[in-house]
Order: sequence, then C-alpha cells, then structure tokens
Amino acid sequence: MTHTATSRSLVIEREMPQPPEKIWRALTEGPLLEQWMMKNDFEPVVGHKFQFRADPMPNWNGMVDCEVLAVDPYERLSYNWGVGDPASGLQWVVLWTLTPTAGGTHVRMEQSGFGPDQQAAYQGANYGWQKFFGNLERVMKGVN
Amino acid sequence: MPTLADRVFKALADPTRRSIFEGLTRDGEQTVHALTRRAGISQPAVSKHLTVLKRARLVRHRRAGRETHYRAQPDSLAPMADWLNHYGAFWRDRFDQLESLLKRMEK
Repeated sequence: MTHTATSRSLVIEREMPQPPEKIWRALTEGPLLEQWMMKNDFEPVVGHKFQFRADPMPNWNGMVDCEVLAVDPYERLSYNWGVGDPASGLQWVVLWTLTPTAGGTHVRMEQSGFGPDQQAAYQGANYGWQKFFGNLERVMKGVN
Repeated sequence: MPTLADRVFKALADPTRRSIFEGLTRDGEQTVHALTRRAGISQPAVSKHLTVLKRARLVRHRRAGRETHYRAQPDSLAPMADWLNHYGAFWRDRFDQLESLLKRMEK
C-alpha cells in the first residue's frame, strides 16, 4: 500500500486493496459514509443537497452544507463543501476519483474551488488552482 | 464578520485577481497603469480588484506623484497555508478511517 499526500495542493491519494465497487459503496451509502466521515443525509443523486454533521467545536458549528455535483458510478463523485453562512462562508469542491489497478484501486481526493461561482471547478481541466498552489509554495519559500 | 482567512480566499478565488497577485509576487512593485496594460481590462476594473486584494492584506500601495504603486505581501498567505495544513490532516485521518471500514466490510 502506498500513501502519498501533497497537502499544498490538497490532493490525497492512496492505493487500496479493495475493488472500486466496494470503495464506491463506502463513499455513497449513508450509513457506511457515517462510519468513516460524519453523520449525513447523502444520496448519490446530482443536485441533492445534504449535510455532514460533526460535533460543534470552537469557530465551527459542526455543519458542512453540500450539494452533489457529479456521480459516475465506481469512477467519480463530486460534491461542494460549504462551511459557515452561505453568504459569507467558504465554498469548496470535493472530488473523489477511483481508478482500478492490478491490486485494487487508486483512490484520489481533491479539495479545491473557492467560491460558489466556481463550482465548475470539479471539471478540473483549465482551472488554475493546481498551478496557483505550486506558485504559492514557491512564494512561501521566498518568504522564509 | 468575515475573517482575514475568508478575505484571502475570496480575494484569490477570482482568476483575474490571482493573476494580478501572481504578477506582483513574480515581478515586484508595479504601477496601476502597468497592471492595467498587462491585465487587458479597464483601469477602474483593475482598481476594484486591487481594493479587494488590499482588504485581504495581500497587497500594499504607496503613492508617488500621480502614480500609485502596488506590491505583494506574500506573508499574508499564511491563513491559506494554515488551511492547507488543517484540511490535509483532516483528510488523511478520514482516509485511515475509510481503510479500516473497508477491512471490516470484508468480514
């Protein structure tokens, strides 16, 4: 099993021994999802609005407001991820990608896309965040 | 009341502002005129973007004669770096829990 994480670009990837079908169940069946993520009313239906609910903590009421953006069974799942007041809070896009491998599945999670006007970000293609984070790293190095 | 982190993220959510900010970090201080020429949009539009960047403390300005000069403040990206660290830890923890759930599902 490999474990790579590039936190600067908020991409987390792991190789898992299970087939994509099984991992897909863990990502999309509410009771299973609750066991490793949070309480939720998720449904794998594009446009479905749902919440992840955790215990409240300082500066966060424990709620994540989400909407399903893409569902391609066993391959790709995307939802937006909103924390705080919809008007002033922050919106992200979470994209899960499952790729079958010889020994199981390559699981990739990407969190990106700031701003409700940029939900198309889950399509990824010509979106500049990856490049920006690369540059950010360079800029931060220059500071230190 | 938006936090400074909110302002930083929102300021950089716009591709034009991101490009202005990147230009300033790469090439150093520039006048509003130079930034306008490079951005290919009107000067009032550039000024508006600069105001948003200024509120997020991502840029500073100084006046010299009739020109206003802007420069980047890259250390104000710290809230963004904090966010990356925070969510990086969050997701790695979730991945661990997902792996142990998948093992339980095999039984």
